[in-house]
Amino acid sequence: MPSTADIQAGLAEILEEVAGVAPADATPEKSFTDDLDVDSLSMVEIATAVEDKFGVAIPDDELANIKTVGDAMSFIEKNQG
Amino acid sequence: MTTIKLREGAAGATILGLGSYRPRRRVTNDELAQVMDTNDEWIQSRVGIAERRWASEDETLVDMSIAAGGKALAASGLAPDQIDLVIVASASLTAPIPGIGPQVAHRLGIPRPGAFDLNAGCAGFCYALSVANDAIRTGEATNVLVVGVERLSDVTDQTDRSTAVIFADGAGAAVLGPTDEPGIGPVAWGSDGDQYTAIEIAAGRSTMTMAGQTVYRWATTKLTQTLLEAMEKAGVTAADIDVFAPHQANLRIIESMAKKLGFSENTVIARDIVQSGNTSAASVPLALTALMESGEAKSGDLALVLGYGAGLTFAGQVLRLP
Repeated sequence: MPSTADIQAGLAEILEEVAGVAPADATPEKSFTDDLDVDSLSMVEIATAVEDKFGVAIPDDELANIKTVGDAMSFIEKNQG
Repeated sequence: MTTIKLREGAAGATILGLGSYRPRRRVTNDELAQVMDTNDEWIQSRVGIAERRWASEDETLVDMSIAAGGKALAASGLAPDQIDLVIVASASLTAPIPGIGPQVAHRLGIPRPGAFDLNAGCAGFCYALSVANDAIRTGEATNVLVVGVERLSDVTDQTDRSTAVIFADGAGAAVLGPTDEPGIGPVAWGSDGDQYTAIEIAAGRSTMTMAGQTVYRWATTKLTQTLLEAMEKAGVTAADIDVFAPHQANLRIIESMAKKLGFSENTVIARDIVQSGNTSAASVPLALTALMESGEAKSGDLALVLGYGAGLTFAGQVLRLP
């Protein structure tokens, strides 16, 4: 089971790859749309990359509730394995 | 027992001519920004559309079908009376009875052909191509006119930025005939009917809604397999594809599919969406004719096409361009 730090690092990697977010900016309090300029379609790409990397399923209605990097981290932690 | 006799078919079918019609009126992103909360940057970054065409009152579904179909007929070198089947693919008939296939045939001077409409959403043209291909191969038809036509502006809430910036109008057509050397490969088609509400005009409503994220996710994760299957069934690989012309739904979906398939650097990718928006069943033939008119695609090229949309439905084929 990856640690919280591992999840944050893995998420930062995905954010950099999908949306060009600098890894140092991927901190828990950041809002995807307001702070990191991630649009709704990039959120879908992030969701599918998170599903592949962490083995979780993120249905669209759950995705709507993930507003910050921290929301994504706790979703992954709660739903893993 | 009396035996039922069957007809002799052709070894294969091929596209003999393509044609298209683009409505006169160009609608730019700046024009839309005046009536809804959007702007050019927002639209271009999310869907890749710079402008689209919206049909005027005198550019009806039938008129646009005739314009595109007439050009395809002329390009095929066939006379109207050589066509014995007409299939019109559309999802935007605001007067659904009767279907427009018979009227399109009549107005083109095609005498009493089999004629019907087919609604498979944005996959309609590719579904219709497959039906036409099989009709020729089984001998049920000799030459077939297939039209994809839409006036999505009629069924779009023109103040809703999640749909109004995307959907547009136009028509594209192909004339198919028999051939010894197949010009249309087997279809890779299917549907995901559990997602029937993802793109819909709900009962009692007059405008379309779309769950953008749901459709985007479906298109970017489920359809690569369909494209691979269409190539495998036709016995070709991505390296053989000269032209990739998927349904023009969203530029980001087109780029994502192209990247996953790994075409050669010479493969031409259709990006007609930039100028035309999403024209549903008309988008594949509009994209193909645009590439042929610009010279980016040429006669004899091998094209991979894919339609996908409301249903949800999908259909992909490998084609030889006329």
